[in-house]
Amino acid sequence: MTTLQDNQQKKAIEIGGLNFFYGTTRSLRDINLNIYDKKVTAFIGPSGCGKSTLLRTLNRMYDLYPGQRAEGSIIYNGKNILDADQDINLLRARVGMVFQKPTPFPMSVYDNIAFGVRLYENLSKGEMDERVEWALKKAAIWTEVKDKLSKSGLSLSGGQQQRLCIARAVSVKPEILLLDEPTSALDPISTVKIEELINELKEEYTIAIVTHNMQQAARCSDYTAYMYLGELVEFGETDHIFMNPVKKETQDYITGRFG
Amino acid sequence: MQNSTMQSASNPVYRKRLLMHKIGITLSSIAMALGVFFLMWILLTLLMKGSSAVNLAMFTESTPAPGSDGGGLMNAIFGSFAMVGIATLISTPIGILAGIYLAEYGDKSWFGGVTRFVTDIMLSAPSIVVGLFVYAIYVANVKHFSGWAGSIAISLIAIPVVVRTTDNMLGLVPASLREAAFALGAPRWKVALMIRLRAVKAGVVTGILLAVARISGETAPLLFTALNNQFFSSNMNQPMANLPVVIYQFAMSPYDNWRELAWGGALLITFSVLGLNILSRTLFNQKTQH
Repeated sequence: MTTLQDNQQKKAIEIGGLNFFYGTTRSLRDINLNIYDKKVTAFIGPSGCGKSTLLRTLNRMYDLYPGQRAEGSIIYNGKNILDADQDINLLRARVGMVFQKPTPFPMSVYDNIAFGVRLYENLSKGEMDERVEWALKKAAIWTEVKDKLSKSGLSLSGGQQQRLCIARAVSVKPEILLLDEPTSALDPISTVKIEELINELKEEYTIAIVTHNMQQAARCSDYTAYMYLGELVEFGETDHIFMNPVKKETQDYITGRFG
Repeated sequence: MQNSTMQSASNPVYRKRLLMHKIGITLSSIAMALGVFFLMWILLTLLMKGSSAVNLAMFTESTPAPGSDGGGLMNAIFGSFAMVGIATLISTPIGILAGIYLAEYGDKSWFGGVTRFVTDIMLSAPSIVVGLFVYAIYVANVKHFSGWAGSIAISLIAIPVVVRTTDNMLGLVPASLREAAFALGAPRWKVALMIRLRAVKAGVVTGILLAVARISGETAPLLFTALNNQFFSSNMNQPMANLPVVIYQFAMSPYDNWRELAWGGALLITFSVLGLNILSRTLFNQKTQH
């Protein structure tokens, strides 16, 4: 669809012929799509269109649930991550994820960050302190929690919890961040903060975001994919998709005549 | 307009609902009052008849010989503490680990389903059957009653309680919290122990305390295993005195001081169990407030 960009941009992930099954129900149909390096790719579409499912194939989160399986290829770092020999824990350490509802762990703010870092790195106390501060600063929450590092992560407000989760995802230095409707449970002010954060984070990370909020997709993504009933309807630069969609279905959805 | 007539007391549907509500509340209150009445009756009787036995001698002297004056419950208190303590040490790790297994792997597997089913049966099995079981496989083989046998018997009663509460509590942890931990690349055992179990720590501790409360009052399983011991003994390989069996024997005895000690022991157990329940409740409420 957008072969022009394909040649210019570095691809972080190449999805080819991807099908996804919940038991016998096919919920993704032959998806072909590239996610570009250090860009924000937004997935939009009505509920049940498969955008979250697609996101969850990228870190193989679906593997937790027997009966769910994906077929096709998702090439990341030159390797098909759907292959049986893929180390899933290592993959997930490289491809971080933030969920719809904030999910702070039942431990202190500090340990929320340190938990993930300790999984793959052996840091001294001083290095760990630095890493925690670095991650919290990255997620623009450091000034708010620097005096509450030993307080429970659950004691923070919803917006702070979500930024804590972003800090946690960033702290293990992944290459890709998957954001699954990260602001849908937040108030408008927290949403703005997260969106600003996404704009800063894309300097260093490849970001894929699922959102129900059309303006959000328009505001913070470089590429947009419109999905419907498990199929990729249209994919391209966000400006093109929103100003000049090729397909009529896309236009109908974006302008609110459908959905 | 429409709304005001709908909500006014003259609306027949609303009046009917109000009536049903009043009937329901009245019935519930009566049921509650009935329960509280008998509970209070038991507690007050215990207090009146048992408090005279609670004195220093109860904690410093062993059970008296037939016909002799005074005496206390020191040997029984110690025996109960020792056996309940050891049973807790046995049943806590087994119960928690089995609970984790059920929560993590039990939903789909045949073995998990069977384990859950058997646990449920064990929960409601008559405790005397557990006592006879330990008697048959342990006491009858070593040919003497012992504190160990008693500990094993009551731990068999505690294990299913801990398994069930751990399993239930872990089931309350939202899938999103586990997914968040997996999303960082955490291996399954770390997610299970450091995130999932930790999230419901208070609930699991509550389960253990409730199990302790349950086994501290068990008489039947100890009757065939630890039996009783008239003298103070800290040897777990010998018959061991314990509060429930002492109460059982002393309450029916012809001696006044024995019967008084039985009341005192009953008071001690009841209020310990009450205390444990209150402790577990406050602990659970405090930890889950966030």
